[in-house]
Amino acid sequence: MAPVVLLGPQRFTRTLGEAVRAAGIEGRIGVVSAGWQEREREDDELRDHLQGRTVNLLLYARGEEAFGADPELFAAHRERQDLLRRLQELYRQRLAFAKEAARALLGKGGDPALLEPERRHALESLRDLDEHHRRRLRQIRRDFDERWQPLSRPAVARHVEALGRTLGSCEAVGIAGGHVAVLLNRLRLFGLDRTLRGMPIFAWSGGAMVATDRLVLFHDSPPQGAGNAEVLEEGLGLCQGIVPLPHARRRLHLADPLRVALLARRFAPAAVVALDDGGRITWENFALRDARGARQLTAEGALVDLAEERA
Amino acid sequence: MTLAIRELERRGALGREDVDAFLAAHAFPLVEGSSATFVWRGEAESVHLQHWVFGLPSAQPFTRLGETDLWYFIQELPPRSRVEYKLEIVPRGETRSRLVLDPLNPHLANDPFGANSVCHGATYQRPEWTLPDDEARRGALETLEVASEGLGRTVPVDVYLPARFRTRRRYPLLVAHDGGDYLRYSSLRTVLDNLIHRLEIPPMVVALTTSSDRLVEYADHPGHARFLAEELLPALEARYPLRREPAQRGLMGASFGGVASLAAASRYPGRFGRLLLQSGSFAFADIGAGRRGPVFDPVVRFVNRFREEPQRVAERVFVSCGIYESLIYENRSMVPILQRTGMEVRYVEAWDGHNWENWRDRLREGLSWLFPGPLWMVYE
Repeated sequence: MAPVVLLGPQRFTRTLGEAVRAAGIEGRIGVVSAGWQEREREDDELRDHLQGRTVNLLLYARGEEAFGADPELFAAHRERQDLLRRLQELYRQRLAFAKEAARALLGKGGDPALLEPERRHALESLRDLDEHHRRRLRQIRRDFDERWQPLSRPAVARHVEALGRTLGSCEAVGIAGGHVAVLLNRLRLFGLDRTLRGMPIFAWSGGAMVATDRLVLFHDSPPQGAGNAEVLEEGLGLCQGIVPLPHARRRLHLADPLRVALLARRFAPAAVVALDDGGRITWENFALRDARGARQLTAEGALVDLAEERA
Repeated sequence: MTLAIRELERRGALGREDVDAFLAAHAFPLVEGSSATFVWRGEAESVHLQHWVFGLPSAQPFTRLGETDLWYFIQELPPRSRVEYKLEIVPRGETRSRLVLDPLNPHLANDPFGANSVCHGATYQRPEWTLPDDEARRGALETLEVASEGLGRTVPVDVYLPARFRTRRRYPLLVAHDGGDYLRYSSLRTVLDNLIHRLEIPPMVVALTTSSDRLVEYADHPGHARFLAEELLPALEARYPLRREPAQRGLMGASFGGVASLAAASRYPGRFGRLLLQSGSFAFADIGAGRRGPVFDPVVRFVNRFREEPQRVAERVFVSCGIYESLIYENRSMVPILQRTGMEVRYVEAWDGHNWENWRDRLREGLSWLFPGPLWMVYE
């Protein structure tokens, strides 16, 4: 089974090339930089870093072209995105209360025999809400795909075919971060959620988030809003049971045991992992094969080396 | 808690060495809990604290400590406060006073009139997002000249372009009154670089205007509004790739610049969908001519008119003011009037005065609310 390698942000600490070499990849690498949106083609540094072996799949541009050529699909897509946004807003409202209750109970002192069942139940409610949201998202996507059959529509199908040819000449695929919803939507639009299975994948930052089975947005101190971590989508599911948190050092209060414990317990048994610069997690045969520089958040509110935790 | 100066006082007869040791042992002003002890050492007829805290006498007399040459004054200071001040000294044998910076305090705040010493309350900290961040990509500044019939002159405008500016993208536009002062005294360029880097605001173009006669042009001057809406905006849209929706266009300003922003938006309702009004000089008079003098007359006429018939001129308005400003009264009373029009209004107060660092410290909250960035969605 081909490896799936999740990497931390690459701007300051470039570990992609080393990870590619370590995996024995010598051929061409298809690049997905759709999360960069209009800057998708500005991949010179990436190409240089991989010695010119990259070929940009241009999913963002392809998406724009396909939507331009198929206004009906574009309108349906926009309508679905609007529905998803409204659903996310409803989920967010419920989440604020559920999370506040769980957080308050986790931080409360007193008789453990009395408190622990209440804590567990509050967490269960939170997890149940996340799962409910995932089910609804899945259903909306399924309904859309059944009704509109995007992969069969000529405007999309010709890109799917072209991508198939390009990927056929690639030994691996790199998925850059950026806007994670745009990235995931473009990957799905062209059926890459299925095509990429079985290929060696190197995904960094937001790309790593999208590669897993559950995409969680997070920031502990945004300038506006409560900063409640929220499930946005199901990811590609190329690796499962892990919630990577790129830029955790800057986005999260990792020194706050209560916040750390709540995140860890909320998404357990998935491993919630701080994936900062230099972090690398290798997944193979549906299991963690290797990890370095990645720290797992624990139910006790600490951070431990992921490799040691899973050893 | 007994204050350090009281401990010293209690020791009775004090010599030069005692004062030397006291000064060496502390940083000044000495903030202990919610008290700040200001000191000055030297021979003087009198020493006063000259500050800009509305509600307190503007000159507070120091007391001489026994027979020493140490003068002190204790001021209650709520923890989050930031207070700018100078010392007013009448030297020994003289009758005329002079204003000086506090020689024992390294903290200074600059403004167009010079510098002031700054006293920070116990928990005040300069926001880290106002300081240069090595990781943040830097935007660029370029200068344009825009010929204005409205103002009858050519107006120089500095334009901030965000890092990785691309002509293929479209950007929100913010026009900042007194832009040069915002750059110099409110670290606006660093703040923009940092907030854009942190994805808290989107990459945006910011036009920084400067007036040669701001007390006239910013006081509901029709030519100024015309300049902004009919001359500057088209010139910028012709030169840069800008979003055209009102929600992607904003005006901002402090003091008279706040008045200029609201007044221009009122003359062109809906043209600018976002307003950031900092310590706006919204002088009004319920009866009579107002108490602030003739320079405010056109402002009073405009604000009175607006209060009489409030109109929805934008979609979102962020208003901030310092609790230590005399304008707190006008700003507080303006908020419900703005809200009544149906505009979304957010109002923030700070334990600070009418100064550029107060305005700097509110920029994150104001800009990220008016122009929310993609931080929740983007992980690069």
